[in-house]
Amino acid sequence: MTLLLLLLPLVAALAVLLSGNKMASRVALLFTVAEFGLTVYAYTIFKQQGPEAFVFFHDWISSPKISINLGVDGLSFVMIGLTNFLLPLIVLSGFNREYSNAKTYFSLMLLMQFALIGVFMAYDGLLYYIFWELALLPIYFIALGWGGKNRVPVTLKFFIYTLAGSLLMLFGFIMLYYYNPNASFNITDLYNNPVCSCNQGWLFWMFFLAFAIKIPIVPFHTWQADTYSESPTQGTMLLSGIMLKMGTYSLIRWLLPILPAGVAEWGPLAITLCVIGIVYASIIAIMQNDLKKLFAYSSVAHVGLIAAGIFALNIEGLQGSVVQMIAHGVNVVGLFFCADIIINRTQTANINNLGGIRNIAPRFNTLFMIVVIASVALPLTNGFIGEFLLLFGVFKYNTWLSVFAGLTIILGAVYMLRMFQNTMLGNTNENTQQFADLNWSETLVLGIIAFTILVMGLYPKPIFELVQPSLDIILNKALAK
Amino acid sequence: MNDNMIQDTLLVTPALLVSLLPLIGFLINGLFGKFLPKSVTGWIAALAILGSFICSVTLFNGLNSTSSLNIDIFNWIAFSNINITFGFLIDPLTITMLLVVTGIGFLIHLYSIGYMHDDEGYTRFFTYLNLFIFFMLLLVMGNNYLVMFIGWEGVGLCSYLLIGFWFKNESYNNAAKKAFVMNRVGDLGFLLGMFFMLFYFGSIDYSTVANQAQTLAPNSALLITITMLLFVGAMGKSAQLPLFTWLPDAMAGPTPVSALIHAATMVTAGIYMIVRSNILFSLAPTTLTFILIVGVATSVFAAVIGLLQNDIKKVLAYSTVSQLGLMFAALGLGAFSSGMFHVVTHAFFKALLFLGAGSVIHALHGEQDIRKMGGLGKYIKVTYITFLLASLAISGFPFLSGFFSKDEILAHAFEQNKTIWVILSISSFITAFYMFRLVFLTFFGNFRGTEETKKHIHESPITMTLPLIVLCILAVVGGLLGLPEVFHVQHVFSTYLSSVTEGSAQYLVHHEKVSHATEIALMSFAGIGAIVVILFAYNKYVKQNALPADEVELTGLNKVISNKFYVDEIYETVFVKPITVLSDLFLVLVDKLIIDLAVNATAWIVATTGKTMRLLQTGNTGFYVFAMIIGMMVLLIIRLFI
Repeated sequence: MTLLLLLLPLVAALAVLLSGNKMASRVALLFTVAEFGLTVYAYTIFKQQGPEAFVFFHDWISSPKISINLGVDGLSFVMIGLTNFLLPLIVLSGFNREYSNAKTYFSLMLLMQFALIGVFMAYDGLLYYIFWELALLPIYFIALGWGGKNRVPVTLKFFIYTLAGSLLMLFGFIMLYYYNPNASFNITDLYNNPVCSCNQGWLFWMFFLAFAIKIPIVPFHTWQADTYSESPTQGTMLLSGIMLKMGTYSLIRWLLPILPAGVAEWGPLAITLCVIGIVYASIIAIMQNDLKKLFAYSSVAHVGLIAAGIFALNIEGLQGSVVQMIAHGVNVVGLFFCADIIINRTQTANINNLGGIRNIAPRFNTLFMIVVIASVALPLTNGFIGEFLLLFGVFKYNTWLSVFAGLTIILGAVYMLRMFQNTMLGNTNENTQQFADLNWSETLVLGIIAFTILVMGLYPKPIFELVQPSLDIILNKALAK
Repeated sequence: MNDNMIQDTLLVTPALLVSLLPLIGFLINGLFGKFLPKSVTGWIAALAILGSFICSVTLFNGLNSTSSLNIDIFNWIAFSNINITFGFLIDPLTITMLLVVTGIGFLIHLYSIGYMHDDEGYTRFFTYLNLFIFFMLLLVMGNNYLVMFIGWEGVGLCSYLLIGFWFKNESYNNAAKKAFVMNRVGDLGFLLGMFFMLFYFGSIDYSTVANQAQTLAPNSALLITITMLLFVGAMGKSAQLPLFTWLPDAMAGPTPVSALIHAATMVTAGIYMIVRSNILFSLAPTTLTFILIVGVATSVFAAVIGLLQNDIKKVLAYSTVSQLGLMFAALGLGAFSSGMFHVVTHAFFKALLFLGAGSVIHALHGEQDIRKMGGLGKYIKVTYITFLLASLAISGFPFLSGFFSKDEILAHAFEQNKTIWVILSISSFITAFYMFRLVFLTFFGNFRGTEETKKHIHESPITMTLPLIVLCILAVVGGLLGLPEVFHVQHVFSTYLSSVTEGSAQYLVHHEKVSHATEIALMSFAGIGAIVVILFAYNKYVKQNALPADEVELTGLNKVISNKFYVDEIYETVFVKPITVLSDLFLVLVDKLIIDLAVNATAWIVATTGKTMRLLQTGNTGFYVFAMIIGMMVLLIIRLFI
């Protein structure tokens, strides 16, 4: 089961590559939907038998001891669920668009899916690292091959920047292996044999930098806005919807439980950075005129809060971070898709050149509105559950930090409503007067997203239940003295 | 006991239906509205609310005033030690609000069928209106603060959608955004207040919070913090100083919206919230004093601005802010049920005033400037008479609803603090003056508009006048719900609410009740004062035919008042401008210059290394950088382990 979940996208990537440009998108959709169906099936198994049903272990290299150690606990399952839920939508969002060399384009997306699932399944440090790096390749080629005018310098910066972080992490893993009495990359070995506190401080930075760049946490975020706006939409969706959750997921999975003393020492600095980043990015978003960059900065603010909730080291913060990872993944894909729809039809991303779309595209207006209110965390949307718990988690950590972080609910409303007003309301102009309402595939994608937003906002309980056991274990390790 | 249980289970269905019917109306019109004929959609929406109203009446009949009904629907946010349910609490306070919201809500739906008849967004309007009622009902029905918060933010969203209903107009959109953002400032306070309760009390259920709070020392720092934060939320939603400037701007929305949301229901949510938490607040006298000061200040401040407004809806808007201030003053005095009583009577006459204003605007094809009106009494009789009676009610004319509810608050003020009583009395005389300035300029004298408009002046259709008449009856006789003790009758309203407010009585400082003689004297003073002020206004605007001067001709204090004390301009300078400057500064200086410089320096080192490597081979840079990294990986591993 585990292997099937992991390898199906890889098979799919090959199949798409062989299917030819015309059929590529349809074959990709077929496989991603199948993979999603498989995930639903896996969920029923998980509910009955728990994580034990998903353990897969196979020796790989004996010295150094690296094994193919895969598993799915509640936390992994939620992340895999997010990936496999979003992939069909991302593929579908590429329907009715023209891409040169479509078979490679869609194939790379599926390869990306394979790597992401690998990251969320890997219970061996080095295996995890390999998947982590592998995930970078397809997105790099997607951005480079199908991106905007400035793609070459922008993607290079993105690539080198994140790679530099990853190298530090690799070094960190090697040192963990070196310090480990069992000389192992195995996650249980790492969990159960904490490194001497004297070394945890600098090891913290090896991992934290890698994750902080990926998330990104201010001030490691400057690659992001340009990359988001230069990548093709599907690339941006993969990046913002799923890939940056690799960073927050890894904070929970690898950093907190393995380096508790390092977290105790540097966590306060990290959470302060996160909270400053929330307000900082929100303020920048207020004056952004480029639709994609505006969403990029709003994304920095949102994930900053996720990371802050993680470093708050309490169950509310962790639960909130998980829910918000899912919610943000869904919502940001929705936002970037809306941006893509607008840019594709009007040929401009500048919100000052837009307006009046609401008059002529009511269906688009309604669905876009739902995604927007979810982003400003209105109750009964998924964004609220996450933000409420995250802010409460931060509150438990430090009252004043939560007051400062809470400014996001005001600033978020400011930049989102400004964006919505400038693009959708008012009168039409020469850019927008020909705006056609959504076609079937666009309606389907945004409809599913809007539906998910409301269902999650009303009934988040299954997610809480799924991840609670994993979070208990992790929090227990993270707080161990 | 057993009987109660059976009775309770029978009430669950109507309780759920109250909230579900508007939601169903919203879904039908929202999803299928464009397939339905226009005549049907408005009625679907109105009937949904009528159904809600009938269910509310069922609840009112079924539940006696000493009992309450708690319905836990499902666990909403629950894990570990946190357990927040999605559930309803039906008690006299809730039922009072339900009756007001659904009753007036239905009348306004009915009115809108006529008022919005020619609007191209007819169906959309009713869709939003139903959604608003749904959220408003959640707000008053929730059994914990978070469910209240759903409604709280939900009505904020609907308010946003409805203020900006005519979305082609830039300034309307700005007004909508302003309302939402300013409310969000308050909401942050509310949210933090909930965090404190959740953290220190372990729950945000009303009952648990009230019980836990009573274990703390009165006026302890924690209680003051919580109540202050909750009050910040109330200040935003109920447009109190300093968060009031959104409400006058909110008049950009269609007039029925102003009547329903920005007068009768949503803006009173702050008062509801405090009455709902009356035990908590009475345990924090410091906060109560603060509320009193804010309420009194807002009441006078807004009334003064109302004196010089020339837009019929703006006058009413400032009047609403001022009346809300009066209600908060009542709460600050610990007179919770008096505050609620004024909420109810105010809902009657203020909804009526707005709907009457709507009828005037309708008759004049959109004209809102009272300087271009005049003499309308002759043409639109029903509107005129109902508007006049509502104005008398709000001015405190003897024996109309506003007279009793206002008098009750003034009597409490007199008992506790004579200064407060003086200020509130002045504020209430100012109210009488600007209201009759409005009445006389609109309905008396000669018509000052164009001949063209004059020809088309017409009374509104029956769907619009019927709600006016019903509300007028309520505005006139509503005071009977709360006759003062002097008349030797039971105060129906406060008796009904007593099970909700009695818990806090023990924590409030008790002041000696004024004697009956004093009470009669106070009432006479207020009543006669109001009549004198009205006569004064009559003399000025009817006898002498005075007309408000143009804004440009105003000087000195008048100019300051006419410009609303420049509060908007101050906010612009203090908050909006600095943030935009900061935004640019962050982006250009910090992001692009400082941070990127550091990043690029690092990148340069890598790139230089990369270039050196590239001399060995030619090809794609990115690919080779990656190859390089893989190589380094292998090398590192070999070095370490072999």
